[in-house]
Amino acid sequence: MHTLDFFTKKRLSFGLFVVVLLGLTYVTIIFTEYNVAKGFTSIPKAIRWATTNFYPDAASLKKLPSILLKLRDTVMMSVASATIASACAFFVAIFGAQTTRINVWFSVFARGIATIFRNIDVSAWALILLFSFGQSSFTGYFALFFVTFGFMVRVLIETIDEVSTDSVEALRATGASYFAIIAQSVVPSCLPQLVSWVLFMIETNIRSATLVGILTGTGIGYSFDIYYKSLNYHAASLVIIVIVISVLAIEAVSNWIRRAVL
Amino acid sequence: MPLLHIAKLSKRYGTDKYALDSIDFTVATGEFVAIIGPSGAGKSTLLRCINHMIPMTSGDVLIADASTKSMNATQLRAHRTQIGMIFQHYNLVNRLSVIENVLHGRLGYKSTAAGVMGWYSNAEKQQAVEILQNLGLSDHMYKRCDQLSGGQKQRVGIARALIQNPKLLLCDEPIASLDPSAAKIIMDTLKDINQRLGITIIVNLHQVDVAMRYAQRIIGINSGKIVCDAAPHSLTPDIIHEVYGSEAGELILDFGEQHAHA
Repeated sequence: MHTLDFFTKKRLSFGLFVVVLLGLTYVTIIFTEYNVAKGFTSIPKAIRWATTNFYPDAASLKKLPSILLKLRDTVMMSVASATIASACAFFVAIFGAQTTRINVWFSVFARGIATIFRNIDVSAWALILLFSFGQSSFTGYFALFFVTFGFMVRVLIETIDEVSTDSVEALRATGASYFAIIAQSVVPSCLPQLVSWVLFMIETNIRSATLVGILTGTGIGYSFDIYYKSLNYHAASLVIIVIVISVLAIEAVSNWIRRAVL
Repeated sequence: MPLLHIAKLSKRYGTDKYALDSIDFTVATGEFVAIIGPSGAGKSTLLRCINHMIPMTSGDVLIADASTKSMNATQLRAHRTQIGMIFQHYNLVNRLSVIENVLHGRLGYKSTAAGVMGWYSNAEKQQAVEILQNLGLSDHMYKRCDQLSGGQKQRVGIARALIQNPKLLLCDEPIASLDPSAAKIIMDTLKDINQRLGITIIVNLHQVDVAMRYAQRIIGINSGKIVCDAAPHSLTPDIIHEVYGSEAGELILDFGEQHAHA
């Protein structure tokens, strides 16, 4: 192939990609009857509405204790689901990782479950579980548990294979038993990443839990839902502010822990 | 009585050509053997077949005339405890301290429970301290391994192998990642271990000059077959070119100087 042809071909294929993408966007706009201009012009209007209605007033502050109580439920649920799911995920990841797997079929099975649990979204899990558990904390808890589990199995498999392959080989060569190798080599090697990912999942779960709470009628998401639907925008805005503050606080704490562990 | 007898050892990965093809040699107690050969010749595979890190396809490895062909899990662990292994990339648990990594060498002697919990006796800890002193690492005993230089890490690897009280040391490219002065320290250490403790050493090397200077015997391997097995002084450039499958003058060799030193 000519050098010139090579570059022309590359440019053409990129151009084609852009054209296809623009075409696709245009078709979806037509189908959904979305008015682009109106979409943008309504942003200032929305801001004006928010500043006049969506702020906590004195009356809504009286609701703060009950909101904080709901927040505590949500945070507890997020932490419990993240930690317990991560612990389960660690065991499954050991069977899934190339370095520590017992045989290939275990590994395929572990990766398979992880993919299924991870690729079903947390809100979809909540809807599925609503049939079994109804509107209770269990529904939210298991929805968060499953998604965390799927995600953690995946990242821990990668972590184990990335950081402990060499030392596992060395310990096998000393004649160490399987579980001694896991305890003495895999666990200490993976610990910082493990802690870091658990903290990440706690943060993610608090955000998801709010959304899931709207569906399952539990926690702070439910408070928001009730206030919003009863047109008590001041209380609803207070809920949002409380969520934002708690998410930021937890992120700050987890960053601090990460630095301490690494 | 030979310490090690490799009997018609063959290894085939899947349906590829043989990585090792009927390898046959014996090693007497106290020998210092270097194995040379081009990359992919089967040097690493050979070493790992001796301690069954890689299962052999056919043939046998005999230690003190005892077959190791069919062993159960307990016998395999006992077999591996007698053989120390040293790696090109040191294969330490980098986040753990030097002394913890050294004590890993004792895991082969422990029950699963003691291994998982990391219970080491005072005698074992004392031995670890003494070995580290002998290797000049007493100042670094409680440092994390990721703070050490390459040469220091390799000495920790040697200490981990020595605390096994092995009969045989297998060294897989121990100096391939080290600068010349660290490499010399490591090779001198191995020589000292061989002479002072009477431990048999088999070392894979890329550097022919190093092999000629340190080993009592050189085995050349090419395409899974033994091409030569001789004392260093009887090795001629022609034989070395045969090992590497190259034409005369195509290798970086400094023969005159080597013979003068040797």
